[in-house]
Amino acid sequence: MTLLSIDWFFIIEKVLLISVVLVLSLVVAMYSTWGERKVAAWIQDRLGPNRAGPMGLLQPLADGGKLFFKEEIIPTNSSRFLFILGPSIAMMVACMTSAVIPWGDTLVIAGRPVSLQIADVNIGILFIFGVVSMGVYGIMIGGWASNNKFSLLASVRAASQIISYELPMGLALIALLMLTGSLSLKDIVEQQRHSLWNVCYQPLGFFIFLVCAFAECNRAPFDLPEAENELNGGYHLEYSSMKLGFFLFAEYINMFISSALIATMYFGGYAFPYMDSLGLDPNVVTILGFVALFIKTLCFIFFFMWVRWTVPRFRYDQLMRLGWKVMIPLALANMLITGALILARQH
Amino acid sequence: MQALTNRAKAVDRRPMTFAEKLYIPAIAKGMGITFKHLFQRKATVSFPEKKRDFSPVFRGLHVLNRDEEGRERCTACGLCAVACPAEAITMEAAERKPGEENLYREEKYAAKYEINMLRCIFCGFCEEACPKDAVYMSETFAPANYQRKGFIYGKDDLLIPHPKEGK
Repeated sequence: MTLLSIDWFFIIEKVLLISVVLVLSLVVAMYSTWGERKVAAWIQDRLGPNRAGPMGLLQPLADGGKLFFKEEIIPTNSSRFLFILGPSIAMMVACMTSAVIPWGDTLVIAGRPVSLQIADVNIGILFIFGVVSMGVYGIMIGGWASNNKFSLLASVRAASQIISYELPMGLALIALLMLTGSLSLKDIVEQQRHSLWNVCYQPLGFFIFLVCAFAECNRAPFDLPEAENELNGGYHLEYSSMKLGFFLFAEYINMFISSALIATMYFGGYAFPYMDSLGLDPNVVTILGFVALFIKTLCFIFFFMWVRWTVPRFRYDQLMRLGWKVMIPLALANMLITGALILARQH
Repeated sequence: MQALTNRAKAVDRRPMTFAEKLYIPAIAKGMGITFKHLFQRKATVSFPEKKRDFSPVFRGLHVLNRDEEGRERCTACGLCAVACPAEAITMEAAERKPGEENLYREEKYAAKYEINMLRCIFCGFCEEACPKDAVYMSETFAPANYQRKGFIYGKDDLLIPHPKEGK
């Protein structure tokens, strides 16, 4: 249907897809809070939440309801506008990254190919990097606007941590990009569909990326910006009600997106072994591919939680030393070796 | 310094080896341990549905016993009050009148018998001191109350139900 030289089906399709992906990331983030508490409990030989609904499955709803009904407190001496802006940025940025992740191959609905990716931009990875590094502004602005020394300390920590760990993360990705020759996530997945997964070619790069992803998400063992015991919760110390909820929620969305990203770039995304030799309908294969990506993502989310409840938090100087003296040289070496091998194969 | 036991271990202060500095093996080991705990038996007892059994020697709330015919055994001798280290027990004695033989077993009985459950330390000395087998400690504990006076248990709280009349 073309009206006013605009393909309206295209717009409807994209709006639908955006809504679905947004709802999906929100629901996954919601249930990550439940999963986090369950995993924590199991690791500590407890049962975890089991009162709200079967197996405590309504717990996230109860938590959300509680956060909505709590009193909204804005400190007198805070900068009111920035205080509200902080969690909004954190939440918005967290939701934006999912736009370039290919959630599946193309579905054919009524003769019309529908790509399960919102935007196949040719700078996909760059987009994600740009957006993710915006995320720290939410934390920084929120912590600074609170007018509290603990929050300020936390936001300073967050800023320097993100800067330190974005470098090795980028360097690890450069090695991957040299291998794939494309910044589009769709291309990266399609290449892995027809050969081995990237983790086989880039094990060190994957490891560096994983560690940096932990740091970027402010997850344990790199959760210094929200250190409960030294900073009373860090940047969200002065926040209450749903603004606090936004900060916490953004963290879980970030965790989901990072997991999806790791799965996409290093573990084949929606590609799964023998997907082209099953002899099934392409639509079915696409749906299976989406399920495969989802399972991979959930595995990484579990891994995030597993690490959080195992490894204690780093000290600040340890964090910096690890970032600058270990991760960056390793990432540089990884990049050099990858480049040398690619050159050697070409000649 | 003389070691009290032979279990003390000297702290290893050698500098870390390269493998130790990597942290990765240690982290992998730790993650193995936590993964094992995912499947281990959980220590939680889901309380209102499942109640943990008390130990056989548990000393809970007191009861005042009756004999087989439903007569109160207590003769208000005061030995329990004397034995009580927390001074939680008070009582007033009275003489049995003719016609009350079906209520009280002996000529003297406790007209008032109170135990302050906030003072009581549940040591069980009253139970041991009682020559008439009148005070026993049950397997329940004092439920919460809004007021202090709710913790002073009188005869109507303590006496066990009448075996025949059921009250």
